[in-house]
Amino acid sequence: MLLFVARRLLYLIPVLIAVSLLTFFIASLLPGDLAYTILGDQATPENVAALRKDMGLDQPVWVRYFGWLGNILQGDFGRSFRTGQTVLQAVAERLPVSFELMILAEVIGLVIGVPLAIVCAARSGSAFDRFMTGSAFAMLSVPAFLSAILLIYLFAVELRWLPATGYVPFAEDPAANLRFMVLPALTLALAEWPGIMRVLRSDMIATLQEDYIALAKAKGLTPARILFVHALKPSSLTLVTITGINIGRLIGGAVIVEQIFALPGIGRLLVGAIYTRDLIILQGVVLLVAAGFVIMNFIVDLLYAVLDPRIRHGHA
Amino acid sequence: MATLEITIDEGVAAAPARRGRRLGLLFWMAIGWMTFMLAVAVFAPVLPLPSPTDMDMLERRAPFSAEHWLGTDGLGRDELSRLIYGARISLVVGLCAPIIGLTIGGALGMLAGYFRGRLASVVVGSMDVLLAFPPLILAMAVTAYLGQSIFNLTLILGFLGVPAFMRVARAATLTLAGREFVIAAQALGATHARILLRELLPNVALPLLAFFLLAVAVTIVVEGALSFLGLGVPPPISSWGSMIGEGRESLDVAPRLAFLPAAAMFLTVLAFNLVGDTLRALTDPRQGAL
Repeated sequence: MLLFVARRLLYLIPVLIAVSLLTFFIASLLPGDLAYTILGDQATPENVAALRKDMGLDQPVWVRYFGWLGNILQGDFGRSFRTGQTVLQAVAERLPVSFELMILAEVIGLVIGVPLAIVCAARSGSAFDRFMTGSAFAMLSVPAFLSAILLIYLFAVELRWLPATGYVPFAEDPAANLRFMVLPALTLALAEWPGIMRVLRSDMIATLQEDYIALAKAKGLTPARILFVHALKPSSLTLVTITGINIGRLIGGAVIVEQIFALPGIGRLLVGAIYTRDLIILQGVVLLVAAGFVIMNFIVDLLYAVLDPRIRHGHA
Repeated sequence: MATLEITIDEGVAAAPARRGRRLGLLFWMAIGWMTFMLAVAVFAPVLPLPSPTDMDMLERRAPFSAEHWLGTDGLGRDELSRLIYGARISLVVGLCAPIIGLTIGGALGMLAGYFRGRLASVVVGSMDVLLAFPPLILAMAVTAYLGQSIFNLTLILGFLGVPAFMRVARAATLTLAGREFVIAAQALGATHARILLRELLPNVALPLLAFFLLAVAVTIVVEGALSFLGLGVPPPISSWGSMIGEGRESLDVAPRLAFLPAAAMFLTVLAFNLVGDTLRALTDPRQGAL
């Protein structure tokens, strides 16, 4: 197991270096000079030259890359030239919002998807199963921003039950915080449950044909116990895989959902940085998100290996 | 809650095989909708439509009428015309971007699957780096730097699709490379190029095509999301995503302005998903399609 972790960790290093290279070079090699962007209307040739020298933009790109990487390794991601806030401050402020949103969404997605998958697997081929499988397939064609519009229309415009936009920190007022979080989390969850349900359903159908399920039935165990204890447990591997695959889509979805519902999360920071051409923030956030994504996938890989010993030994 | 029935077994075994053979009504309805959207998009300039960008401030958010079949939007532009011109954007980006992914990813995947060894590890490794970025975030960041245009958008979304196409092509090639007909060709002294193009490509093409259709659906969604956020195609070009974004502002007075493009996008994405998924099930080697 230790060897497996070490191997995966070693693999992580080149990927992270490549990620930093890609992030930096997308930002530096493409047209548009940072100095012009910062100075805006006050850009005179002298001003630009002075600022370029000041920021080290006159140096070759490799020198700048290693300087940038060196700063990052020391925990300095730079600061926004618009707000003066450092990238780390800005991210730390907004991370809890995005995390709360994604965790709530995944929980709601599991709460909808897992029971449906179990019922559909137990009665596969029935009218209910066909209806739910069809609905899940249709839901896969509904992007987050479409369900967001529908939910806002239904719950905020027509019924007026929930607010369409806004945010209150959880620590300040938990009830109000949850009221603001319901619609965004539900929006994301609506995109999550079909994937969870489809994969878990087919996995459970296969599990239900195993001999030990027949044995459990012969022993007279209740159907509920067979389904939830004997059949669901081996399928936990599938759930971990799906969660891993979902992370990327969840991050992308969270960006859009935060923008629609005006939640002050990482996604909003990113989109705001794009709108205002705040390239330092943009670069820092993209790097942090990509690094976080790589590390989360690494953790999922490890979990997977813990759950299924065959993977550690390279048989799978 | 549920009683375990023995019928489970036959249900699983029979359903996919049967569905694989007969394509069904839904499949043809999806094909029909795809053809209809393509035709409307291609012939938009010759159709008797008002301009999608002409504003009429006296006719803002007008209801359905003989003059404006689907009414007008918040700036008095004809909604039907904008929907149809929006279809052009969604379909141009939606079809062109996956072609980039298909060409590059397909070629890389076949090479990696056929030659294996060091080439394969380099290809797979570099694709892992591209996959390290959440796709939407990378697309947003690159459009922010490159500037918003249909060409840039297509290019970025195309490159984002390369790793997925590479995986599909590599997986298909790997299973085929050990088959008798490839070994026979090798024994006859066929060149690598000939084996790749004449023996493997025809067999890899179908799974790639099925995946291509699914990629079209995903691309339409991502283009829509970017345009919805105002980071996709620049105004005043209409795109379904930007129309939904604009319609959002008037959900309380004219919800149709958001729902019409939303419905168009949903049906189109669903159609591509349905056809792609049916073809995928048909070509899935696990079900013994060959």
